[in-house]
Amino acid sequence: MKYVLLIAGDETAAEHANDGCGGWDTEMLARGVLVGGAGLHPPADATTVRVRGGETLLTDGPFAESREQIGGFCLIECADLDEALEIASKHPAATYGSIEVRPLR
Amino acid sequence: MTAEAVERAFRTEWGQIVATVIRMTGDWELAEEAAQDAFAQALERWPAEGVPRNPGAWLTTTARNRAVDRLRREAVGAAKLRDVAREPVGEPEVHDVADDRLRLMFTCCHPALALDARVALTLRTLAGLSVAEIARAFLTSEAALAKRLVRARQKIKHAGIPYRVPPADLLPSRTPAVLAVLYLLFTEGYAATAGAELVRRPLTGEAIRLARLLHELMPDEPEATGLLALMLFHDARSSARVDADGELVPLDEQDRTAWDGARIAEADRLLATAGGAGPYVVQAAIAACHATAPTAADTDWRQIAVLYGTLRKLVPSPVVALNQAVAVGLAYGPEVGLALVEELRTALADYPLFPAVRADFLRRLGRTTEAADAYRAAIEAATTEPERRFLRRRLSSVGGGRSSVE
Repeated sequence: MKYVLLIAGDETAAEHANDGCGGWDTEMLARGVLVGGAGLHPPADATTVRVRGGETLLTDGPFAESREQIGGFCLIECADLDEALEIASKHPAATYGSIEVRPLR
Repeated sequence: MTAEAVERAFRTEWGQIVATVIRMTGDWELAEEAAQDAFAQALERWPAEGVPRNPGAWLTTTARNRAVDRLRREAVGAAKLRDVAREPVGEPEVHDVADDRLRLMFTCCHPALALDARVALTLRTLAGLSVAEIARAFLTSEAALAKRLVRARQKIKHAGIPYRVPPADLLPSRTPAVLAVLYLLFTEGYAATAGAELVRRPLTGEAIRLARLLHELMPDEPEATGLLALMLFHDARSSARVDADGELVPLDEQDRTAWDGARIAEADRLLATAGGAGPYVVQAAIAACHATAPTAADTDWRQIAVLYGTLRKLVPSPVVALNQAVAVGLAYGPEVGLALVEELRTALADYPLFPAVRADFLRRLGRTTEAADAYRAAIEAATTEPERRFLRRRLSSVGGGRSSVE
């Protein structure tokens, strides 16, 4: 399966723009699951992942908060949605913004 | 007689047949169609050929053959067909059957699906309820429900939701999602007491059946055992909750001889073996205090108050705190209870039962004017007609009848 991780946040997420990925990209490149990534213009439709207080929260569908704007994306390839959600929940942006996990055709 | 055998097989085998064909083909819609075809064939052939020795195996084999037939007719079916061909022919292994139903249960209740989709999928795919039956139970249109099911099946396919029992590291976070769907089914059915709401009653039966299955498939999961016990304790009292006129009867006024003693005994045995102290086990223990008290006056409110304290630590919610306040009030006096209830006023400003609980303590304290005011607020906030009628009776018992208001 191929997935795109869409990273979003409200205007306060902008201050994290130059934070880097906290070792995540190194780990995922080493695992061979990170195919690429880039800044991105908007979209819609999937499972949205948030991590708050150490707890992974899943929502069916796209970003519900209209004030959240797409800030970037990662293309991943892994076994199934469970692994995609696990990878998404480990991304640092999941703790302050939300990550929409969208399957590719 | 054979029609009854088919009906019985439908109740016990539907979920397993669908689960097996999904594993073989990965196609949810095909699996349901094939299962339906298999039951149609049973209705046709069993009267003449007799009921097979193992109806489940007969139906599974028939459904599997139907699925293969259908895939043969489709070009896109070729790849799926190769998978099916690899499956051994003959009666499925018993442990595989169990695994398939558990796989189906966890996949239907995957947290990437919306809660209403999980509920609809569980009822349709696992319990075999028709779209019409589910739509009726959830007071929605058949078209809307059918759309919800199509969307859910598409998401499973497109998003790659795995068809499996989650691995050990995911199990602690996924099992509660399954338990929550079953408990929601039960409470949706249980809340229905009269009139138009009665169509939802069969949901409690389905919830208990599925909870039994989950307990059977996960015998070492204390919360699955706890959930089944909790449902049985509540269900045992259901016929005493409404009187001959359809009026709601509060727990302390219910005719305990009308409770289902065998169900209570079964629930009690389950609870004793559950172990653990998760939210469902604790709630079952609370229900046990009520269900096993010989009279309302014998209810061990001190124990119930302690159990609610435990539950509050597991599920920090003002509603649980309100229940604890009630138990404390009944154990140590209405004054103590009322003080605890007042502390929750802000947190429960919009909770419909809050004024009713407050009114009850004021009534017990003999503060009838304040009680009458609280009952009026409770009637305003009540969500069902039987509740409103019950609260009006309480209001007139404290001398706050219509005449003094108008």
